[in-house]
Amino acid sequence: MSSSALQIVWVYPDLLSTYGDRGNMLILAHRARSRGIPADTHEVFLNEALPAGDIYLLGGGEDGAQALAAQRLLADRGLHRAVDRRAVVFAVCAGYQLMGSSFFAKGAKCEGLGLLDLYSDRGPHRAVGEVGGEVDPKLGLPTLTGFENHGGRTHLGRGVRPLASVKVGIGNDGKTEGAWNGTVLGTYCHGPALSRNPALADLLLRWATGEDNLPALDETWHNRLRNERLTFTGMA
Amino acid sequence: MTENLEPVAGDKKLPLRATLAASVSRTAAALSRATGRGDGSVIGGKLGMMIDPDLLAHLAAGRQIALVSGTNGKTTTTRFTAAALGVLGEVATNSFGANMPTGHTSALARAGSTPFAVLEVDEHWLPKVINATSPLVVALLNLSRDQLDRAREVAMMAQLWRDTFEQHPEIHLVANADDPMVVYAAGKATDVTWFSAGQRWREDAHVCPACNSHIERQGDDWRCQNGDLVRPRPQWTIDGSAVIDPTGKRHELKLQLPGQVNVGNSATALAVAYFFGVDPTEGAPKLADVASVAGRYAQVERKGRQIRLLLAKNPASWLEAFDMAQDAPTLLAINARDPDGYDTSWLFDVDFSPLRGRQVLITGERAYDLAVRLQVNGVEFAHVTTFAKAIDSAPPGRLEVIANYSAFQDIRAELDRVV
Ligand SMILES: [Zn+2]
Repeated sequence: MSSSALQIVWVYPDLLSTYGDRGNMLILAHRARSRGIPADTHEVFLNEALPAGDIYLLGGGEDGAQALAAQRLLADRGLHRAVDRRAVVFAVCAGYQLMGSSFFAKGAKCEGLGLLDLYSDRGPHRAVGEVGGEVDPKLGLPTLTGFENHGGRTHLGRGVRPLASVKVGIGNDGKTEGAWNGTVLGTYCHGPALSRNPALADLLLRWATGEDNLPALDETWHNRLRNERLTFTGMA
Repeated sequence: MTENLEPVAGDKKLPLRATLAASVSRTAAALSRATGRGDGSVIGGKLGMMIDPDLLAHLAAGRQIALVSGTNGKTTTTRFTAAALGVLGEVATNSFGANMPTGHTSALARAGSTPFAVLEVDEHWLPKVINATSPLVVALLNLSRDQLDRAREVAMMAQLWRDTFEQHPEIHLVANADDPMVVYAAGKATDVTWFSAGQRWREDAHVCPACNSHIERQGDDWRCQNGDLVRPRPQWTIDGSAVIDPTGKRHELKLQLPGQVNVGNSATALAVAYFFGVDPTEGAPKLADVASVAGRYAQVERKGRQIRLLLAKNPASWLEAFDMAQDAPTLLAINARDPDGYDTSWLFDVDFSPLRGRQVLITGERAYDLAVRLQVNGVEFAHVTTFAKAIDSAPPGRLEVIANYSAFQDIRAELDRVV
């Protein structure tokens, strides 16, 4: 780490922030600070170079914005360097698709960042609604719950593991949802995915800080929200 | 509302089919009101349009019409514009916020013959309603994110509008110089009056819709890095609680409706009315007569609490609601039903910190989504399961209620349909 505080970098909020994506940054910073871990947040706009950081966040966006973000990130290479030094990347929705080798935007195939072994194409219909399922046992997290809104389908290669198996909704393809490898993790649970999945937030914090045992926090409201959503979707 | 027996629109006699449709439409609306199913503005229009799909065009013919559209503020601005235009003569308007063609049809049918009409139009329906009603003026207020899970894209909407006005050079626009999306939408129009009403919410206008470059801001001023989209110089501006007209004359407002946003809405309304020939000196006092708009801003007394209802349906309108609300106990109510959108992620687009230090109560079907948001935002709150319990939990005195669409309607119903 370049400084003693945890550096959280939100990549291109001017392009990739369609569904409350700011929430993931706020929740990570809040959960770090609540444990006495100082955290700095950085909002890096399209016309700026990516700084060195500990956690990088990418959010959802419209087709044009997604294609533009891919071009800039390919030219910038800052995210590639970050992954090389095992910084954490949490990518959501359009940002998740960017992590793969290719994706579709405005009817054309676009080159992705190649940071996760996957690619995305168009699905038969838009996936809009609740999504969730059991998380990869290797990650040791409770049931994933979120909201998805995307037209793409994502196909995983051998170099990644699915984040979860799908019980509700579509996710990647109706069977699996999200993907992860090393410290790069992507999901279709858009916007403030970490609001409903605080344990996932803590996983990212553990990866970033190297602290295996983070002090417990009061989870009253997170748990009420989770229970309400898991009951609503029949996953309780 | 005066009910004419003869269904005539403007000075023109309607074709027989339209006559029948208009009268069915009015009867159904009256029935719907009488049976308590609603204010009748949508149901009447639906029946009428089933009989004559061109009914709206027939009813519009012969009237001088202004349309008001945008993501936020259109119901209030429509109400203000109708009030200002009232200086010149009778005005038909859809004052209940039924802003799709069925609502327009029933509003015009109900109003009978009027020389003027001011219609609030849902942004998606604007091209169709322009074709049906041939308006003299269209007011464009703003474009920002709304009902997210329906994937309506802000830039797409701006493009749709832009294409529409390219095809209608005869229309005079009254447009918001502070919103780059609106300026882009008006880009092909030849005849535009620009107003400045301030823009609190800027998160949907970081990227130029014309060239994708970053939009740079300096105070109120903005321009894209390429310089192909630049803030136009506004002719109508606001200053405190006053509207400044194009001649530089100050019109001090004495509005009953709260907030700077309603001073901005007033500027828009006076600019539209000015185009019809209303002197703002005469128009401005009319705006002070407006006390509530479809239940919004309405104040009701229950158990010694003065309850005021504010509707906030998307991030931009939440910021405006915080500006309007007094420093008093505040109830926030959140649902996520069809009219609200099923997705609550927008809660994290809103900064709730203006509420810090107030007594905050939360309720609604999605109160727990809000609870997590407030906790992360450092805002103390208490959860209550019903509106009645919220009233009991607040001390006597002012209670501000800010709710999203269906939560607002629920509370309004509980308060016996305050209009
Ligand atoms: Zn530009």
